[in-house]
Amino acid sequence: MKTFFISLKIFLFFTILTGVVYPLFVTGIAQLVFPSKANGSLIVKNNKIIGSELIGQQFDSTIYFTSRPSAVSYNPLPSGGSNYGLTNIRLKNLVAERKHQFIVFNQLDSLTVIPSEMLFASASGLDPHISPQAALLQVERICKMRNLDDGQKDRLLQRIKELSEKPAFIFLGEDRINVLNLNLELNNLDGNFTSKK
Amino acid sequence: MTFPDIIQIILFFALLIGLTPILGNFMYKVFTGSKHLMLPVFGWLEKLTYKFSGIDPEEETNWKSYTLSLLMFNLIGFIFVFLLQLFQAQLPLNPANLPNISWHSAFNTAVSFMTNTNWQGYAGETTLSYFVQMIGLTVQNFVSAATGIAVLLALIRGLVRKTTDQLGNFWTDLTRTTLYILLPLSILFAVVLVGQGVVQNYKTYETVQTLQGAQQVIPMGPAASQIAIKQIGTNGGGFFNANSAHPFENPTPFSNFLEMLFILLIPASLTFTYGKMVGSTRQGWTIFTAMLILLLIGLSISLYAEYSANPIFGNLPLMEGKETRFGITNSVLWSTATTAASNGSVNAMHDSLSPLSGMVAMINLMLGEIIFGGVGAGLYGMVIFIILTVFIAGLMVGRTPGYLGKKIQKFEVQMAIIAVLAPNIVILLFAAWASVTSPGLSGLNNSGPHGLSEILYAYASAAGNNGSAFAGLNANTVFCNLTIGIGMLIGRFGIIIPVLAIAGSMAQKKITPSSAGTFHTDNWLFIGLLIAVILIVGGLTHFPALSLGPIIEHLLMNNGVTF
Repeated sequence: MKTFFISLKIFLFFTILTGVVYPLFVTGIAQLVFPSKANGSLIVKNNKIIGSELIGQQFDSTIYFTSRPSAVSYNPLPSGGSNYGLTNIRLKNLVAERKHQFIVFNQLDSLTVIPSEMLFASASGLDPHISPQAALLQVERICKMRNLDDGQKDRLLQRIKELSEKPAFIFLGEDRINVLNLNLELNNLDGNFTSKK
Repeated sequence: MTFPDIIQIILFFALLIGLTPILGNFMYKVFTGSKHLMLPVFGWLEKLTYKFSGIDPEEETNWKSYTLSLLMFNLIGFIFVFLLQLFQAQLPLNPANLPNISWHSAFNTAVSFMTNTNWQGYAGETTLSYFVQMIGLTVQNFVSAATGIAVLLALIRGLVRKTTDQLGNFWTDLTRTTLYILLPLSILFAVVLVGQGVVQNYKTYETVQTLQGAQQVIPMGPAASQIAIKQIGTNGGGFFNANSAHPFENPTPFSNFLEMLFILLIPASLTFTYGKMVGSTRQGWTIFTAMLILLLIGLSISLYAEYSANPIFGNLPLMEGKETRFGITNSVLWSTATTAASNGSVNAMHDSLSPLSGMVAMINLMLGEIIFGGVGAGLYGMVIFIILTVFIAGLMVGRTPGYLGKKIQKFEVQMAIIAVLAPNIVILLFAAWASVTSPGLSGLNNSGPHGLSEILYAYASAAGNNGSAFAGLNANTVFCNLTIGIGMLIGRFGIIIPVLAIAGSMAQKKITPSSAGTFHTDNWLFIGLLIAVILIVGGLTHFPALSLGPIIEHLLMNNGVTF
């Protein structure tokens, strides 16, 4: 019985310490030091929240850079991947289909090497990034659909270069570009955008 | 693979090796009651814990009382987490208005977090409220890790002490581990994680209109505080469904590197602590080396498999179930580390790994989670294999087997065999059962050999208290929740109880000073023998099942066969 009461009391104590005090303490510091990040890195445009910098969005319109395939269609409730194994016929078919679609959609030569993240679904279904190469392959199509002139196209290429993130400390992670940020830049750059919409 | 990939892997292991003696030495001071860095900071909290709970920190107990305290404490934790889920809707801090959890899922999750497994049959962001995640799960993240370390400490005392039945005090082991090691590291790490973009708030889910005009609901919550301890305590249970692949759980390659390092840090450092406590750091490094070799073998096979071309996808980099920011190398390094260390968090979907890569992850689980393994659990599991190895070596040369001056006799070997058999029986029997009955087969996401791999992985993960999954398997059914839940219990306590029994029996023995005839357990010969025993036991037990799952899938894939 003594063991039972000690167990109960120490369990209560740790529940309050590690289940209440600890998360509240971390929240306090987080909200003080990194308020924007602690609250989801939300992007506000014209007083409206249009998303989180970290959470990818579905882009399939012709006037935007396309995001990666997602097993959950970029619906974060809940996140997740396809969980298809490599010998799953559905995965094989999906990859072939996506490859064909990407080529047709962007009017590319059928022999173009397409970066593989555009053919495979991400782990979270919310991957905010694509590779810079995948962005470059879409530039022609976007310029055409938005009637961008050569000057605007050059600026767009310049922005892609600037927005591309390199591996941290040269060796951590991969080259990537945030699709939502890129598309926001694209809207900024395209002066006629608001009227077109 | 590129040059930076290789640099990253080398740096990862260099840091791990470099930090092992530093943290290991600190933990040594904590466990032996010497003066240490955190004593002035949290010393008062330790005293307060004892005062509040009515604990006499000087009191020591024998192995039976130690076990009883441990079981009682864990039982209360289980009941609490179980009930929290059943009444979630009536409890506060539930901004998404999530309903109560079914009894079988609540049972599974409560067992899962109590046993340091953190298998998740549910999706965090659509199932559990902030309240349950904090008060229920975060707490178990701490105390289940501390429980593992407590068992290890009792075992070490059993090895070091002579002619006594006293193994220490479970409550002080639990308290010191939590207050001086897990809590400070978690606070520090949680803040760093928020700095990288991990969310930490109590807001309602944010509904936004995307740039393309669709609606997206973005989940929020006190994630960083849970993710920090989930990595540090080899727990692995994600705040969100996609675990550390979720951009809110692991936003950058830098956060990824740290999360990956923390998977192995405490289990690796404990080998150094072990060495110091048994009076020879060489013994610790011997174990560390054996673990590292096994890890590197697995990593090499896994990297080779992921970077190989195959007839189905040609030379395409295999990015299914992987995140752009991490790429393939980071995903494979993580999948190897997390399965070796009984952590079970993921930054890529293991179900979509190439067959051999998935097999390496599975073998890491099946060998008994002893390649660094869970905090405490990995090392006491390894000591079981050491006992087997000295026993087999003793038989070969006709000497009485001994370890650290203690004779290994019938009782220790019997207990060691139980500890080795318990998880393996779970894996083979439950997986066999699931693969021939319709409730077991109903949740499969893939057909052909990969389907069997999904089942096999689930029970290996349960038995090894790992918690990662071939997540295509829909395990949130009565059948899976119950069998996996029972599997986790056997995989946890089916080892802890024999280990504590061994500790109790060893403590009563005399220590024979080493002589010319002593079989040394701190050299390369022993490392080789130990690895051989681990691989033979694991191989003999699991090769048949693996050959029907990942091995045949690999061969079929190389012939372009799909299902």
